[in-house]
Amino acid sequence: MSSMATSVRRIGAPTLRHLYLFRGSWPRLLELAYWPTMQMVLWGFMTVFLASQTSYVAQAFGVLLSAALLRDVLFRGQLGISVTCFEEMYSRNLGHLFVSPLRPWEMVASLMTMSLFRTVVGVVPASFLSLAFFGFSIYSLGLPLVGFFVNLIVFSWAFGLVIAGLVLRFGLGAEGLAWAGLFALAPVSGIYYPVAVLPHWLQAVAAVFPSTHVFEGMRAIVLDGVFRGDLMATAVLLNAAYLAAGTDVFLRFFHTARIKGLLLQMRE
Amino acid sequence: MRGALAGRGPGDRTALLLSAMASPSPPAIEVQHLTKTFEGVLAVDDVSFALARGSTTALLGANGAGKTTTIALLLGLLLPSRGSIHVLGEDMLRHRYRALPRMNLSSPYVDLLRRLSAYENLRVYAGLYGLSDVSARIARLAERVELGEFLHRPVGNLSAGQHSRIPLAKALINDPELLLLDEPPASMDPDTADRMRGWLERYRTETGATIVLASHNMSEVERLCDDVLMLKSGTLIDRGAPAVLLARYGRQNMEEVFLHIARGGTAAAAQ
Repeated sequence: MSSMATSVRRIGAPTLRHLYLFRGSWPRLLELAYWPTMQMVLWGFMTVFLASQTSYVAQAFGVLLSAALLRDVLFRGQLGISVTCFEEMYSRNLGHLFVSPLRPWEMVASLMTMSLFRTVVGVVPASFLSLAFFGFSIYSLGLPLVGFFVNLIVFSWAFGLVIAGLVLRFGLGAEGLAWAGLFALAPVSGIYYPVAVLPHWLQAVAAVFPSTHVFEGMRAIVLDGVFRGDLMATAVLLNAAYLAAGTDVFLRFFHTARIKGLLLQMRE
Repeated sequence: MRGALAGRGPGDRTALLLSAMASPSPPAIEVQHLTKTFEGVLAVDDVSFALARGSTTALLGANGAGKTTTIALLLGLLLPSRGSIHVLGEDMLRHRYRALPRMNLSSPYVDLLRRLSAYENLRVYAGLYGLSDVSARIARLAERVELGEFLHRPVGNLSAGQHSRIPLAKALINDPELLLLDEPPASMDPDTADRMRGWLERYRTETGATIVLASHNMSEVERLCDDVLMLKSGTLIDRGAPAVLLARYGRQNMEEVFLHIARGGTAAAAQ
């Protein structure tokens, strides 16, 4: 068997472990879709209300709903990496994983696969419900939606890998970062409002995050009917750097865990 | 060679192992000046040894002697502060991934996936080793370690005795040439423990595998092992076949040898 085929099997193995868990527990599966749906419902009714009050929302009914759904790609994607990694730690399984021939990069690929699964299961049902509840389809964004999705999930992976690395290094006491990290990014990424409303110095900070360019790009389509290639290109370039840095940080913390003997001791 | 050892007495086995060690085939494990320090605390102190292929070796020592640390170092889960480790002819500091597909571990310090059945666990671990023909392989293993009746029940719902067989099945999933067993579960009843020893003996007879066993069960060591490494405070303080150690320390069984050494005795003092 070729080494690539063997690699694919090894990447699939930790993924299969989590799919078995989902198959055996419908509440787990339901929980994936629950929060994105609640978000969508909340912002949907807010949109209905604001549409009658402000010309900004009335001009483009879907701007807040699109933002809510895309924000969940970012949030669920990151949780998909970090929570999947935490589950290996809760179940004290890291030792088994890393005495096997599973390479760290294969572990990263497996985490990304699970993140994609969790995000799609969470966000896609919510996107269809928004059509049923509010007559709004995020798919009306067209082909750029694919670019937005890919950029957001890649950024979430970079962020998730840093958090997973921190938890490998500092233990499960650091898991709160998984929940807090992206909330901290939300205000500067201009998810629900244009970046122009931020103070000038904060706009400069916002510009270094790919998510900012994605949400600006989304608003350009919904509000002005214009696809901004420059914003998409900036997001792609920034993401390349973030993903490389996130992977590097994860691998460095993994190396430190091997020096300190943390892979056998990982628990609360 | 392992087949040739089956059914022989300890003296014969030792002689055959010594001749194997003199053969040109590289040892299963060769460790030189292995040292591991954790923030100033010396866990393994300048340990060197070589284990012949096909041998079964016990790592003995009190809690904290360095047994689990040594096993983690052999697997590359832990990086040494100093020294070299060659496993199955591979330098573990440089080419760990060439050796890992040919090794496996059973340890109480890593858990199985408790919400998954034994079958699902074994499927996942088979995938980690990139194995094909997984269902047939699991069926063979289930027969070998008698998992049949509870193969499809969640591991977390099994009794301690039933549960204790699954780590061994996991450790054999890739037919390892080197099997590292860190403190096989004390929760086994005498019948299950005896069966487990029988499975291990049969496995090494059939495959010629090398087994390293960290254990506190001295009757297990006497039954299974050709060679014993005695560790104390991270240092290798003595080595020999069980029969040789019994003679050296003038004791009736390995438990007495262990207690003598753990309490600070030496071979000279025992004479």
